[in-house]
Amino acid sequence: MDGKSYVITSGKGGVGKTTTVANIGTGLAKLGRKVVLIDADIGLRNLDVVLGLENRIVYDIVDVVEGNCRLEQALIRDKRYSSLHLLPAAQTRDKTAVEPGQMRELMEELKEDYDYVIVDSPAGIERGFKNAIAGVDEAVVVTTPEVSAVRDADRIIGMLEAEGISGADLIINRVRMDMVKKGDMMNIEDMVEILAVDQLGVIPEDEEIVVSTNRGKPAVLVDKSKAGQAFWNVARRIEGEEVPMLSLEEGFFDKFKEFFGWS
Amino acid sequence: MFEAVKEIFKREDKEKSKDVAKERLRLVLVHDRMDRMGISRDVLNDMKEDLIEVISKHLEIDQKGLEINFERQDKDSVALEANIPIKNEQQKE
Ligand SMILES: Nc1ncnc2c1ncn2[C@@H]1O[C@H](COP(=O)(O)OP(=O)(O)OP(=O)(O)O)[C@@H](O)[C@H]1O
Ligand SMILES: [Mg+2]
Repeated sequence: MDGKSYVITSGKGGVGKTTTVANIGTGLAKLGRKVVLIDADIGLRNLDVVLGLENRIVYDIVDVVEGNCRLEQALIRDKRYSSLHLLPAAQTRDKTAVEPGQMRELMEELKEDYDYVIVDSPAGIERGFKNAIAGVDEAVVVTTPEVSAVRDADRIIGMLEAEGISGADLIINRVRMDMVKKGDMMNIEDMVEILAVDQLGVIPEDEEIVVSTNRGKPAVLVDKSKAGQAFWNVARRIEGEEVPMLSLEEGFFDKFKEFFGWS
Repeated sequence: MFEAVKEIFKREDKEKSKDVAKERLRLVLVHDRMDRMGISRDVLNDMKEDLIEVISKHLEIDQKGLEINFERQDKDSVALEANIPIKNEQQKE
């Protein structure tokens, strides 16, 4: 197999990288693809919890690079999709336990067996970020519609280019259409224009994200979740399908529902 | 069979997600602490087997009902808790 590797990164912390990785990964597995997710946030492991796999961890990424176990032994199979695997971060070590060169080797090895290798990057621009982008083919930058987050996204896009990863795609997360309509939140076109990147998805602010994290079940599997629907569309776009952006659909659909008195 | 599966899913959704979250969090924190103390996860299973062997020498116990777990004590410590049900018959003797 000749898979493709992606890093999901942001610059600013807490904008939704881990949520994005869990949902896109699950979405691609639901589409029948072989997917491995790598938690590169060493010392602050999170992705396992968002996926509901925290009780299955025996070995982690540091065990793999240190040769304490074979790669296959550290890969955890998802509860719901057998084609989805997680390589967890270590919780008791720090970022220096892994080197970019080792990450690069790991990526090459995984790409032989999987359609998609997706790395969840830690916040920041230090060693953890360098590890997360080592050996990846493409980058997805996540931001929220706030000045600080967009500014950091711009910095990250620059750093990715300097590392030879150009053409990053943008996901704008936690968008509130009601605020955008009132002019109280930057709109999508503004941000895409400022950053001069391609837009991969717009994810609405959604309480269901909290519920799904409580349960360890990604929102992409929850029918009534609007964010889940938007992540599902992102997964389909990555697969090459033409899917219109949810923000437009949502506006249209809500009006439609209002019109028929369904909402 | 299908009905049974549906039941399970219904139950999963009925339980308040905040309660699911709390229980998951409790477990994961215990495990994180054990990791920090350098206790391997396999140790629980190994211990379970040893415990059954030792206690069975003296008492008839319900091996399936035996539970041992690490529980959170206070801020940074963990206690080993065991619940070892004894078979009814021998209590009557
Ligand atoms: N679309 C959304 N609607 C509502 N809440 C969201 C949404 N996306 C993310 N969140 C919440 O925002 C918080 C941060 O998300 P997440 O952990 O995915 O960010 P992160 O970028 O991985 O953070 P870090 O930089 O610390 O790794 C979480 O509590 C998550 O549940
Ligand atoms: Mg994260």
